[in-house]
Amino acid sequence: MNRFSYHRAETLADAISHLRGNPAAAIIAGGTNLVDLMKYEVERPGELVDVTRLDELRGISETPDGGLRIGALVPNSDVAYDERINARYPLLAHAVLAGATPQLRNAATTGGNLNQRTRCYYFNDVATPCNKREPGSGCSAIGGVNRIHAILGASDYCIATHPSDMCVALAALDAEVEVVGPDGKRRIAFADYHRLPGDEPQRDNTLRPGEIVVAVTLPREASAFAGNYTYLKLRDRLSYAFALVSVAAALKVDGRRIAAARLALGGVAHKPWRKLEAEEVLVGMSTDDAPFSRAADILLAGAQPHEHNAFKIDLARRAIVRALSQAAAGTPQSLTDKRIA
Amino acid sequence: MLRNDPHIGSPRNRVDGPAKVTGAATYAAEFAAECLGYGYIVESSIARGRIRSIDVSAAEAAPGVIKIFTHENRPQTAWFTYKYRDQVGPPGSPFRPLYSDEIQYSGQPIALVVATSFDAAREAAALVSVSYEEEPHMTDLSIARSDAYEPPKKRMGIAPPPDPRGDAVRAFSEATVRVSAEYSIAAEHHNPMEPHATTVIWEGKGKITVHDKTQGVQNSQAYVASVFGLSSDEVRVVAPYVGGGFGSGLRPQHQLFLAVMASLALERSVRVELTRQQMFSHVHRPETINAVSLGADAGGKLVSIQHHAVAATSQFEDHQENVVNWSGMLYHAPNVDLRYELAKLDIYSPGDMRAPGAPLGLFALESAMDELAIAANIDPIDLRLRNYTDHDENNGKAFTSKELRACYREGAARFGWSKRNAQPSSMRDGRELIGWGMASGVWEAGMMKTAARAVFTADGRLELSCATSDIGTGTYTILSQIGAETLGLEMEQVTVRLADSTLPASPVQGGSWTAASAGSAVMAACQELQAQLFKLARKVDGSPLADAGEDDIAFANGRILLRTNPAKSVSLAEVIAASGETKLEAEKSASPGLIGAMRYASYTHSAVFAEVRIDEELGQIRVTRIVNAVAAGRILNPKTARSQIIGGVVWGIGMALHEETLTDHRLGRIVNHSLAEYHVPANADIYDIDVVFVEEHDDKASPIGVKGLGEIGIVGTAAAIANAIHHATGKRLRNLPMTIDKLLAA
Amino acid sequence: MSQTQPGSPGIQIQITINGEPRRIAVQASNTLLDLLRHDLGLTGTKKGCDHGQCGACTVLIDGRRINSCLQLAVMQDGKEITTIEGVGQASQLHPLQQAFIERDAFQCGYCTPGQICSGIALIEEGHAATRDEIRELMSGNICRCGAYPNIVDAIEDVLVQRSGVSREAAE
Repeated sequence: MNRFSYHRAETLADAISHLRGNPAAAIIAGGTNLVDLMKYEVERPGELVDVTRLDELRGISETPDGGLRIGALVPNSDVAYDERINARYPLLAHAVLAGATPQLRNAATTGGNLNQRTRCYYFNDVATPCNKREPGSGCSAIGGVNRIHAILGASDYCIATHPSDMCVALAALDAEVEVVGPDGKRRIAFADYHRLPGDEPQRDNTLRPGEIVVAVTLPREASAFAGNYTYLKLRDRLSYAFALVSVAAALKVDGRRIAAARLALGGVAHKPWRKLEAEEVLVGMSTDDAPFSRAADILLAGAQPHEHNAFKIDLARRAIVRALSQAAAGTPQSLTDKRIA
Repeated sequence: MLRNDPHIGSPRNRVDGPAKVTGAATYAAEFAAECLGYGYIVESSIARGRIRSIDVSAAEAAPGVIKIFTHENRPQTAWFTYKYRDQVGPPGSPFRPLYSDEIQYSGQPIALVVATSFDAAREAAALVSVSYEEEPHMTDLSIARSDAYEPPKKRMGIAPPPDPRGDAVRAFSEATVRVSAEYSIAAEHHNPMEPHATTVIWEGKGKITVHDKTQGVQNSQAYVASVFGLSSDEVRVVAPYVGGGFGSGLRPQHQLFLAVMASLALERSVRVELTRQQMFSHVHRPETINAVSLGADAGGKLVSIQHHAVAATSQFEDHQENVVNWSGMLYHAPNVDLRYELAKLDIYSPGDMRAPGAPLGLFALESAMDELAIAANIDPIDLRLRNYTDHDENNGKAFTSKELRACYREGAARFGWSKRNAQPSSMRDGRELIGWGMASGVWEAGMMKTAARAVFTADGRLELSCATSDIGTGTYTILSQIGAETLGLEMEQVTVRLADSTLPASPVQGGSWTAASAGSAVMAACQELQAQLFKLARKVDGSPLADAGEDDIAFANGRILLRTNPAKSVSLAEVIAASGETKLEAEKSASPGLIGAMRYASYTHSAVFAEVRIDEELGQIRVTRIVNAVAAGRILNPKTARSQIIGGVVWGIGMALHEETLTDHRLGRIVNHSLAEYHVPANADIYDIDVVFVEEHDDKASPIGVKGLGEIGIVGTAAAIANAIHHATGKRLRNLPMTIDKLLAA
Repeated sequence: MSQTQPGSPGIQIQITINGEPRRIAVQASNTLLDLLRHDLGLTGTKKGCDHGQCGACTVLIDGRRINSCLQLAVMQDGKEITTIEGVGQASQLHPLQQAFIERDAFQCGYCTPGQICSGIALIEEGHAATRDEIRELMSGNICRCGAYPNIVDAIEDVLVQRSGVSREAAE
């Protein structure tokens, strides 16, 4: 870990002014990812700006349009066990509980979850080339050990995946990210928040310099999916492991007819993977014989395997179909009974 | 009155429990010292070549740095490689840290930064800059196996494969039922929860006390004395608590060398603690490939067994394990051909890891037996019973005991094996296929010469001491039980001191031999105390025992009493008071009987039954039930014994489903060097584990009838799970770990 | 609050550890785990991975179980920390410590303080009643000795004691 200075921000403006013009500064809150990466020398910030004392980043509150606003500092556990979230956006609660552990969820924050970095082996090992860590050094995962890597949206520069479970649900629920920066406040649609690697894999998201995530908002409409949803995660052990493939599936069911569908994948791309066309083919269909596998094919179209991860394409296809079946049946995947319903 | 609940054989709580649940138990990196220097290791990023230059100037200038050691300024240590040998190392040239500019594997320690704080040392370590002259490396066993060779020098204590018997090739070609396949097991790392660490306390005038994470304090002590030219009274090694070993602490690891080197050079106390990432830079279970061919007659009787294994080793040592010999002793077969070869890679030397060799070889053999059972249409247990052997056909020796039949019978009954439908994919529950599989397990029941001291003091307390360790196995507890039982005391009156190099001699703790060895030594020392106490008791004024013989008396409730009339007794306190002594002392050693060893072979056995539930479409595997029936002679403490087996089974589940050290062969470097990406089972992965100890009386394996339990739990488990997966799905997976991608591809 | 260097006096923080308020100077790069182990002599909290991948370092911060290896000490200003040393001493064990001994829920003992802190929090959180739930919500604590079934037994015992319901009813 490098030497760094520490600044405890007393106001949001204070935090932003510390970030402004100081590319070596980093925000710290829960610490679960940043401190981890600092010990690996992957992150070497010159200054840490502690935002944990900023009251304006706390709490879960109602939005004027009937949605919920989750402050950036709200710990993952509080999201998972919040009554309003469980009543209106249970998919989010389930996704959060599918990730990490109780200890990590107690520390990790909502904002930090959005900004966590990839679990690519090579990104985490400074002895190896990695374009995300050191632009221009090359991608070791291409041609290397890439069983856990991306099958969708990757580039010749990077095939890393985004590790979050929570973000997969937020993507499916059309959340918005509220950020504040030197130029004031702006809202970013969740689909636009994370990036594909392209030729700038060092950039995980579309935050501008000096901007801070202050909240994530869930729209009122997304609560229509509270009855038929599931978060299905497949991994190398039954808990405390990152997803090989995960699926957030949610249906708005009218009688037996699917009025709207949401479908997002985790563990397969540099960002939560969603395609509206995959959802649209389900609309208007009966829950009994909706073309789930067609939705899967559309969502997975263009998938590109590497030496060790071709299985993810087939696994994702099967997982999508199963997740949609669970959602249609109104039987979300249990987080503790590991049998997949 | 004699106790009706003897200490030996009854479930007892661990005597070190209160220390462990309160955090008072202190491990190697937790000993404090004045002016402690913190060492942080810098590792190589290439697998083979030379260090062209190593620039430590920026690191040296960092605040708090005391000294940076590299191969360029390493203090003088022993010149000859033999000086670096230890009690359990294999043939070859042991790795010598910071010895030269040569890089022998990726992750090799190339510098040690010593600073006034851990943070300062870590910060400075990142500032060390190295340039290399790279040479081509090889880390891929699938390629290197073409250059495999039979190790020219055999490793001490590891029997080489026996000479071939009959003509296995011909018998195979003529057999009615044949199976032949290759089975491989990934490299695994021990990953004990406590990272390897050494704290060296500088006592002044060249004397050091070394708190080392080791399974053998006297092995570490001898190594340090030899390498640094110290006399044995200048270096004392202690390890009262060891946070898991599983074999990783058998040989001295490089943090011991580096900490002692720095301490002697700086004349101050120094601690070196490996990071979790650095825990992947040393010992591990070798990647191993087995080719097994079995031939049988129509009735399932084996006519031919061929088992050839190739295992990885380093360029500098020939690490060897018993992988294939099991295939020559577990079943009867007239034609047997076993071979064991090594292939050199640019890696650190593999080493012993929980039941070294056995779960590798038995995964292959017991999978092949399952395949043979299917091919011959015979129940898997029945097949094994038809090929049962009552002696070790590798050497013609009789077994000291073998209750493997009882393991099959009792394990099957507990598991409900009779309800199994042999047809694959015939059992299901909703979307899950259910599979039931079984396998045999076997491990050596060894005993090693060990000494122990027993001291009985005037306050009625017994202190037992021995240099062996307790790495979580329960040694403190079983020795307390043996001492309390022998002298008729309560366990609270017994103190056990272990893992101090100044204590009576013991080999490393490993091989499942500690209970038999240290237990027998403690028993012998306590029996010697019994004799001393009885002799004195007879001399006590008006002693009711004056005319009693040794066979007439018993030790119970702190007294020596007449068996025929327990009311007639003398308390031990009276005895010692009357003797005028403040304490009585006895030191004895116990050794395996040589004649016995020439005539008998001694093994523990097991039958493992596994239930898996597998999502038919998604391939998620759950091991929902394990029954492990074990024949291990006398069970000293059913509570800690059960825990040993459960732990072994959890290891078997990890081997079957999770554990795999992944190497990028282009870089020659391990890539999943963390507990996030090297998966060991988590709590959610472990369901019901049922342990059955079958009755087994053995008066030859060791003086106290014990055979040992540390390894047997893992041995058959992975094979039983693989067989259950086949039963569930009809898919035969021959490559561990059996991950979701392999199942879907099969 | 600003930059610190080794050898410099560090940043003053006020924390309560096991009920005892303390003023301590820390370096910015100190983790809570290293502060406990290196500077305060509270070595009951263990370092197993230093990266939040094993749970051996679990302590209670303001009553919540958290991996102390990923927490910077300087950020704990004003917080209440409970470590295994504050859970119970040998003369007066916490019921879960006693249950761990009775159920033989450990072998080498290295993950044990973290397991116990985690288990105490699990019981307080109230989200686990069944064995499946205990297993999942204890999965943040790796035990390499493989004592998991016994750990679940120990926690279940205390849950049952707490709720007064029978073991069977809890399953």
